[in-house]
Amino acid sequence: MNLLLALAWRSLRNRPVTSILTVAAVALSITLLLGVEQARRGMRDSFTGTIRGTDLVVGARGGTLQLLLGSVFGIGSPTGSVPYATYEQWAKHPAIRWTVPLAIGDSHRGFRVIGTTPALFEFWRYRSAGRLELAEGTVIATDHDVVLGSEVAAKLGYALNSAVTVGHGLNAVAGLGDHETHPFTVVGILRQTFTPLDRALFVTLDGIEAMHQAGASEMGGAVGAMPGADVPPGAEPPPTAMPGAPSPPAMPGAAYVPPVNIFQDEPRALSAFLVGTKTRFETLRLQREINQFKTEPLTAVIPGVTLAELWRTLGAVEGGLRLVGALTIIVGLIGMLVALYSSLEARRREMAVLRAVGARPGMIVSLLVLESGLLTLLGCALGVALTLGGFAVAQSAIEARTGVHIAVQVPGPLEWMYIGVVLTAGVLVGLVPAWRAYRSSLADGLSPRL
Amino acid sequence: MTVPGIPGPAIAIEKLQFAYGNGPRVLDLPSLVIERGARVFLHGPSGCGKTTLLGILAGVLHATTGAVRVLGHDLMAMRGGQRDAFRAVHIGYVFQQFNLIPYLSAYDNIALPCRLDARRRARLGSTSLDSAITDVAEQLDIADLLQQQSTALSVGQQQRVAAARALLAAPDLVICDEPTSSLDTDRRDAFLALLAASVSRANATLLFVSHDASLGARFDTQLSLPQLNRAARLDAA
Repeated sequence: MNLLLALAWRSLRNRPVTSILTVAAVALSITLLLGVEQARRGMRDSFTGTIRGTDLVVGARGGTLQLLLGSVFGIGSPTGSVPYATYEQWAKHPAIRWTVPLAIGDSHRGFRVIGTTPALFEFWRYRSAGRLELAEGTVIATDHDVVLGSEVAAKLGYALNSAVTVGHGLNAVAGLGDHETHPFTVVGILRQTFTPLDRALFVTLDGIEAMHQAGASEMGGAVGAMPGADVPPGAEPPPTAMPGAPSPPAMPGAAYVPPVNIFQDEPRALSAFLVGTKTRFETLRLQREINQFKTEPLTAVIPGVTLAELWRTLGAVEGGLRLVGALTIIVGLIGMLVALYSSLEARRREMAVLRAVGARPGMIVSLLVLESGLLTLLGCALGVALTLGGFAVAQSAIEARTGVHIAVQVPGPLEWMYIGVVLTAGVLVGLVPAWRAYRSSLADGLSPRL
Repeated sequence: MTVPGIPGPAIAIEKLQFAYGNGPRVLDLPSLVIERGARVFLHGPSGCGKTTLLGILAGVLHATTGAVRVLGHDLMAMRGGQRDAFRAVHIGYVFQQFNLIPYLSAYDNIALPCRLDARRRARLGSTSLDSAITDVAEQLDIADLLQQQSTALSVGQQQRVAAARALLAAPDLVICDEPTSSLDTDRRDAFLALLAASVSRANATLLFVSHDASLGARFDTQLSLPQLNRAARLDAA
């Protein structure tokens, strides 16, 4: 066996170009297959891990996915606004244990500003029920306080007691938000959570309100006079409202583009609020109750259920990607088959020599199967290394671009099964040239007809 | 060296017939006997069935009918795997050309039969494989080429490496199929001299096949395959 392995290895090394190309083809197809799997798993873990412990997310009537993505994940805009009075009414509901209001719509240098209460820091859970922890400082209390997500602090170079000026709605993108309207002071910085919270600033609801009033008065009520809710994100505002301001740069996905300003008509309104119920049973009943609320059209979603809907939607895409991965594996293995098969003609002499020194036909078969097995094994090993290394390298770029933190994970059972199937297929592929070599070495005897 | 317990001539063939598949008969040998220790020259032009005969003697091909005994072993009664093992242990084989595995060094090519079958290796007795290879390489004047990749060797050097491999660990029968036809006259004579010396040192039986009848004078016995093979005569007629 050792002799055969040495022979197979040296034989492959003797044909470096085809061997390396074959290994590369197998490796790349494995990388694609595992990469899709890793991305899928990483994305699910990241999304599922972002919000835990919250039973319901409530917002204005609209798409459940839009509500969840807009309010919790900072993707797209929330469904609309919820009057503060409505929120207060529901917060007193006997089935509700706690609520966290969220006022979203402002930004600071590309990062979301979330108006909320200290309850957020108490009740938001992520990953395996981890609490939000402050790296330093305290939580927000007054309308001048701001707590920073870890990435905001790191990227913008803020420390405790730094002064922060928050822009208002669309204006921030255009750069007008840098005016000294309502200054905030950093009172706390969160530890890294690998969730979208890392890229957010947290202020009190009073802070949001004070900022808007200051902004409105400084701009002579220009905000209220703007055409308002119909302006899509990133659209050029009326030039009169922004003298000398540059056009908003078109950078989709690069920075947080605040959605439509929801505070134009109602000074106190929320984008959504998070609800913790007293029991699981209450959750479903409460959800129904909120969804059927007559006074105000509201939507309540259970985060896990809505994410499951998202996975179902993405399932077809994932299936397609997996199919592509499987096809590339087949292409890679066919490439190996072609390489081995076409080398056989030139190797008939070698087979005759092996037979002459006493090798059984079975040894010739084993030699070729070992060669294809070695090529596949090397390809698989390289593919795993490429996948893990690739994600390790691309991790921060993926996170910066999509906000999804994909943890580099050791291959799971599914991935190992893929690798096992590919290895088996590689060995089986080797049987084709092996069988042909077996037949011709029996027919040729010691004198291959060259 | 004789095989313990199995006496008899090196080669004993009776009423051998062979055809490839359902094709015409290639070999029809009423009788061929070669004694142990003999150095036999078998003359035959190409196409008279000599490579087929050597394949049968080496146990790679299986005769259609007849009796084939090599070193006292009945090849007709052995299964394919047994014949392969028999060849590995008892026979050294040298081809006309391209004798070597291209991706192995000269050393590894020579070592191949001993590494392939432990019983061939056991024939070295207490001698180490390494020193046996060094010895046989010195006899054939290739001691300084051992670590070379076989593709880097000249044709003459390759043939001597092949001879060294065939002679390593004292085989009972050495079969050479036109080993000198790719060599020029000087190299051929040198090769034949080295081969003859090494074969007698190993006490092996030598069956040397060539289309070149002028080489026959250097051997104890000369045979002509076209005269022995009735299938060839039928073809010619």
